[in-house]
Amino acid sequence: MFKILEAEQLSANVYKQVILAPRVAKSCEPGQFIIVRVDETGERIPLTICDYDREAGTVTIVFQPIGVSTYKLVALKAGDEIADFVGPLGHPSELVTGDFEEVKKKKIVFIAGGVGTAPVYPQAKWLHEHGIECDIIVGARTKDLLILEDEMSKVGNLHLCTDDGSYGFKGVGTAMLEKLVEEGKHFDLCVAIGPMIMMKFACLTTKKLGIPTVVSMNPIMVDGTGMCGACRIMVGDEVKFACVDGPEFDGHKIDFDQAMKRAAMYKTEEGRRLLKYQEGATHHGGCGNCGGDK
Amino acid sequence: MADVLKRVPVREQDPKVRATNFEEVCYGYNKEEAVEESQRCLGCKKPKCVEGCPVSINIPAFIEAVKEEKFDEAFKVISESSSLPAVCGRVCPQESQCEGKCIRGIKGDPVSIGKLERFVADWARENGIKPEAPAEKNGKKVAVIGSGPAGLTCAGDLAKLGYDVTIFEALHKAGGVLVYGIPEFRLPKDRVVGPEVENVKSLGVKIETDVIIGKTVKLDELLEDEGFDAVFIGSGAGLPKFMGIPGEQANGVCSANEFLTRNNLMKAFDENYDTPIVRGKKVVVVGGGNVAMDAARTALRLGAETHIVYRRSEEELPARVEEVHHAKEEGIIFDLLTNPVEIHEDENGWVSGITCIRMELGEPDASGRRRPVEIPGSEFRIDCDTVIMALGTSPNPLISSTTKGLEINRRKCIVASEDTGATSKEGVYAGGDAVTGAATVILAMGAGKAAAKGIHEYLSQK
Repeated sequence: MFKILEAEQLSANVYKQVILAPRVAKSCEPGQFIIVRVDETGERIPLTICDYDREAGTVTIVFQPIGVSTYKLVALKAGDEIADFVGPLGHPSELVTGDFEEVKKKKIVFIAGGVGTAPVYPQAKWLHEHGIECDIIVGARTKDLLILEDEMSKVGNLHLCTDDGSYGFKGVGTAMLEKLVEEGKHFDLCVAIGPMIMMKFACLTTKKLGIPTVVSMNPIMVDGTGMCGACRIMVGDEVKFACVDGPEFDGHKIDFDQAMKRAAMYKTEEGRRLLKYQEGATHHGGCGNCGGDK
Repeated sequence: MADVLKRVPVREQDPKVRATNFEEVCYGYNKEEAVEESQRCLGCKKPKCVEGCPVSINIPAFIEAVKEEKFDEAFKVISESSSLPAVCGRVCPQESQCEGKCIRGIKGDPVSIGKLERFVADWARENGIKPEAPAEKNGKKVAVIGSGPAGLTCAGDLAKLGYDVTIFEALHKAGGVLVYGIPEFRLPKDRVVGPEVENVKSLGVKIETDVIIGKTVKLDELLEDEGFDAVFIGSGAGLPKFMGIPGEQANGVCSANEFLTRNNLMKAFDENYDTPIVRGKKVVVVGGGNVAMDAARTALRLGAETHIVYRRSEEELPARVEEVHHAKEEGIIFDLLTNPVEIHEDENGWVSGITCIRMELGEPDASGRRRPVEIPGSEFRIDCDTVIMALGTSPNPLISSTTKGLEINRRKCIVASEDTGATSKEGVYAGGDAVTGAATVILAMGAGKAAAKGIHEYLSQK
């Protein structure tokens, strides 16, 4: 069993929990994810790591409830326990594992949407701690759905945007990126993390702008250790398993339409209606950068 | 007296009834039946059956004890060689191992060794008999990676020798393929697998779930930081194989691993569990091994008309004869000498059918089996809404890619000695599917056993 030390609601539909998991806290790196199983009858759900504290032995997760299991997770409070918390899974971000001198030379921009803001945070934080400044675009449908503003503003040049203009720049994240480029900013690398549809449009824009782009895929998974093959996605003409080959891939090679179709595999009509009502996007959801679910 | 050439028949659940439930198919022998069957054993001086057993159970000795109705004695004999007798009695391919060598089989049915083993193990469990923990610990620590048949066997044997053994399991439940792969109707989880795992724990073995070696902790850290004197890798098979045919990314196409894991480990067949599963109306399972049979029979029980599509003929089916027989009885349709060429999607991206081509057998290939060859122009379509690929697996890279000095072969399997399990890295041993690629429970147990011996020899000299 793994103890929840803190539980907090970050926005209308996004929650944060700090979990005591010393083994995971000791070994996880930015870009990796974990799997939780809330109780005996719960699903195994992959969730991104938002932060970690090696000394305290804690890992912070940020998530949006969409199915029964995640709703059960939301209902738990500080002091409660969850059945399983396993990881870290997937490869760390190449920013962390790559040649540091090369990474240092790069002008990096992050585009974060909705819950996708969470996995961007540890990457930007890592860069900041290693003396590399980056630009971070965080988008949401409206002001109340923006998360992690304070944290993000401390680790990079933060550009906030909302669809309805209720806060920051009025428009989607990719429009913000185009604006920055028009203003003369140059970027060597874009890391886009958010709902699948947002990543798709971010990639279309960065392709046009000629900026290499990394995306973090969060497809359906069961074991997360390279056994079931549920998370397979087409990258170029190759089949890749997001759990052991990813979760980060070259965004310009991903077949997003197919990935979105596969992500919807287990959504029943009813579930889809619930989803549309609650988040209007895929399981990352809620950024509004993209104009809603397709 | 019954015909001595014929084995005592075993009672099974009626095929029509069992096709709709997940209860165990085979009821096994009761006491009277077991004793009657045991009388057929000739008690050979040079027992061929023992040679056929990958873990060398003293078969004539345990059957002799059954004859005398000393079932606790029989359990003791089996326990000397096997930590998982209730599992093996159910899933071993006895027909090609112990029973395949039985002298009785030359002129009649071989002795039902598997069913007798199962009876003894079930009797011991029902009567609360557990294997005995060793009196003394030797103070040496061994880490075992994976709690499947290889890991449990290796851990059990080492614990009996006095080692302090910890098993690290990546999933949330111990048992490996016994819990995620083999279905409930062949191997009941709570009634059989759970107690066998508990028996291994009662030998003093600790099991830590939710730890992925290579990710949560590196193998090198086990040796360098956590004080383990040796490590056994029994991490099992890995990534499922797909065919690479058009349409394979359609919704409704999954690997047998995924389908079985959702159903067995995550209990998707039970409404009380959150895990979803595709309950197809018409399911095509591609492949002819035991995993294909398990997937097909699971799909059938979830309510689907189920087809097995296999490119060779019945004779070459790699699955156990008993499994094929049970599958047929339950109503699985076998489309043999048939190979898929394309999967079709409907307008929503879901599987709507599969085009297959007829095959014929040509000259023998490297495996000695006659090679299937396509018959030109024989393509035909099977309408279906689910396709399950049961084509085997390729090794999992999590450990091999994160451990220094661990040699892997061309097929990316860990290289290990068959006799001792020793790998290219000192103090690290391996066995089971991680070494051989997908094989059977008992072969993995044999490898776990050999490695326990290898580790014991290594640590005794150290």
